[in-house]
Amino acid sequence: MQDMFRFGTRLLMVMATFVLAQSAVAGQGAGSVIEGSKAYGLDSCVEPTPLMRKKHYAFLKHDRDITVHQGVRTIKHSLAGCVDCHAAKDDAGNYVPVTAEGQFCQSCHEYAGAELPCFSCHSSTPTKATKAGD
Amino acid sequence: MSGKVDQRRREFVSVAGLAAAASVVAPGVFLQATAQAEPRSAPVSSKTRYGMLIDTTKCVDGCSDCVSGCEKENGLDLLKMPEGADPEEWDRQRPRWIRTVKVKDRLTGTVTSLPMMCQHCEFPPCQDVCPTGASFRRVDGIVMVDRHTCIGCRYCMMACPYKARSFIHEDIDEKLTIAPRGKGCVESCNLCVHRRDNGGTTTACQDACKHGAILFGDLNDPNSEIAQELRRQNNTELRADLKLNTGVRYRGI
Amino acid sequence: MKKIYYREWGIESPRYWGILAVLGVFLAVGGLAALYMEHHGHWVTGMNNEIVWGVPHVFAIFLIVAASGALNIAAFGSVFGKKIHKSLGRLSAMLAMSLLVGGLLVLVLDLGQPTRLIVAMTEYNFKSIFAWNIFLYVGFLVIVAVYLFTMMERKASKYYPTAGLVAFVWRLILTTGTGSIFGFIVARQGYDAAIMAPMFIIMSFAYGMAIYLLMLMFTFKLDGRPLGEKLLGRLKNLLGIFAAAVLYFVLVYHLTNLYGTENHEYEAFILRDGGIYTTLFWVGWILLGLLVPMGIVFHPALGKTHGGIIAASLLVILGGFVAMYVIVIGGQAFPMAMFPDKVIIESGFYDGVNGQPLHYAPSIWEFLLGVGGVAVSLAATLVGVRVLKLLPVSLEDEIVDPYHS
Repeated sequence: MQDMFRFGTRLLMVMATFVLAQSAVAGQGAGSVIEGSKAYGLDSCVEPTPLMRKKHYAFLKHDRDITVHQGVRTIKHSLAGCVDCHAAKDDAGNYVPVTAEGQFCQSCHEYAGAELPCFSCHSSTPTKATKAGD
Repeated sequence: MSGKVDQRRREFVSVAGLAAAASVVAPGVFLQATAQAEPRSAPVSSKTRYGMLIDTTKCVDGCSDCVSGCEKENGLDLLKMPEGADPEEWDRQRPRWIRTVKVKDRLTGTVTSLPMMCQHCEFPPCQDVCPTGASFRRVDGIVMVDRHTCIGCRYCMMACPYKARSFIHEDIDEKLTIAPRGKGCVESCNLCVHRRDNGGTTTACQDACKHGAILFGDLNDPNSEIAQELRRQNNTELRADLKLNTGVRYRGI
Repeated sequence: MKKIYYREWGIESPRYWGILAVLGVFLAVGGLAALYMEHHGHWVTGMNNEIVWGVPHVFAIFLIVAASGALNIAAFGSVFGKKIHKSLGRLSAMLAMSLLVGGLLVLVLDLGQPTRLIVAMTEYNFKSIFAWNIFLYVGFLVIVAVYLFTMMERKASKYYPTAGLVAFVWRLILTTGTGSIFGFIVARQGYDAAIMAPMFIIMSFAYGMAIYLLMLMFTFKLDGRPLGEKLLGRLKNLLGIFAAAVLYFVLVYHLTNLYGTENHEYEAFILRDGGIYTTLFWVGWILLGLLVPMGIVFHPALGKTHGGIIAASLLVILGGFVAMYVIVIGGQAFPMAMFPDKVIIESGFYDGVNGQPLHYAPSIWEFLLGVGGVAVSLAATLVGVRVLKLLPVSLEDEIVDPYHS
């Protein structure tokens, strides 16, 4: 019961903050890409930045089904791609999780008050590929 | 600009693919040099049906290399026992994709060792019972779980005749990019699906087996080694009475 | 039969709120247990990769089965035209909805991803009995609510017989669906049997009647409303007959199994060698849950006392929980026949080596969640009788005239 309630309120909160966040995030301007990540040296993401800010979850959700069910790995909007490009390296040369305080995914989701459930299952750093597969 | 990102990713992947092609493979197992090294760009097709042949006469009692190979490949070795858990209880709760089993024939007493994993049925009971369709069979024969729609009801675990599935009982801190994993979902062997989609020609368990007991390949390709081997000698389907037409076959039991 | 008047449950406020407060404590504890399990993950429970459904499922399935059974009392009134049952119908419908909600809550809160319930509502695999059950459960709540409305609203009363028939047929389908969750599992020796569905239906008759009887006696006693002995006598006789019918189905189920050699090991496990499961089967389910209550209700003296009827009802309910435990947990604890012609002598994954049963040690959290679900069911019923005109002012024999239909 409590859980259902929590889920309900959470849904409402997400919906409410979403409307606010739309404008807030869009107006945030450049500079949120983390220094030390591959993305830092690039002009743009796989889509124009304002579009990514607004729609990245929809792109990800659309393409994930293609990968999971049809095995296509060359999708343009891949979460592994996000992590690969946006995870910064610390001074020791180790990757910092994109979910760590102040990092790319975390900072914006924190700002927008949106949950970040992807990384309860997905790796938040690029992990080494095994010899026989990516 | 986006092209640049894609380009870089492709280069990276193709290096990984080449590494795979060049890797040393267990004796007795051929690696086809024609392996595609590019990530899959077209949807999988039912022209292919992936499967495995396990030769139990080559499987050695006491060896569990396939298990450790699988666990390393799929990040199962990264799991830690939750603090405060009872080690014995936890051992029954931690996931396994492949396990070794030793069986004794009721009549002859003959003892056989063999690895067990998801049998990749053509008609998977786990797919039938799954309320959301999260448990599914990819058209190329791989039975797997779509974690995005798995609600963690465990009905598939009730229905699987091979006890092939595991439930994730805890939060997972460390996971691999190729093997996402999180609390509250069910998972099982997916025939190293990341290798399937990135040009690999073997599975981790096959690579790990020093005795050449595991052979992976395309059952539908009459020229594949596995298809030839299956034709050459009798093989067994576990619980053949259920008529699930499994993709994993055994020899010597 | 005289006209029946209905009135809200009129016990004094402190008493009413006191009862709700007690139930509220159980409810809160159950909710906390669910949050605890969800926060940590299922490793804090006794459930594992062998016994994947545990005590929460025992509670949930019992409540769901009992829910459909609790509706019978109303259905007898409208489908079979038994007027005496008609006066009992409103409470019956309320109880049915409450029990279902309690059971579903337990089921949902045990999911690995309870917050993904929305996925279960939007993505359907129509080959899955579970997916069908989602429809059946939601449909049940809607249909019974409408049915209750036709009982209470004079203007809707012309639809009462139709609503009753639909509700009765729906509840039969629903319990068939619940039984088929197990009946369709080909992998496990104890489950793969079509008799599971009708057995669940007959079990629902017994458990629903037992809970109904207790609820009726409790609410009437506290409110000082007269309850006719003859009416009570009829209901307790029905309870006894339903218990006998359950016994018959259990007998048929096991006798059928005993005939086929492939099931001998499973039967030996449940009936003779299964340790806790064997004990629970014989002592909990058969003796305490069926034979003793049958003995009580049909005893010429005991069966006429309120204490006897209460004891018999409680025992049938206890037997119901035990039955679910034997079916749900016992059915999983028996090792699957992965190699029918071989014995597993070693395994890296607890495959029931040498036929040993699989291990399950239920945790307190699972029980608390289940009890929380029961508390939800009871509280919802009591709130229902308090705010709605569900209970007849009197069920004296002179008024309901149990021997004239």
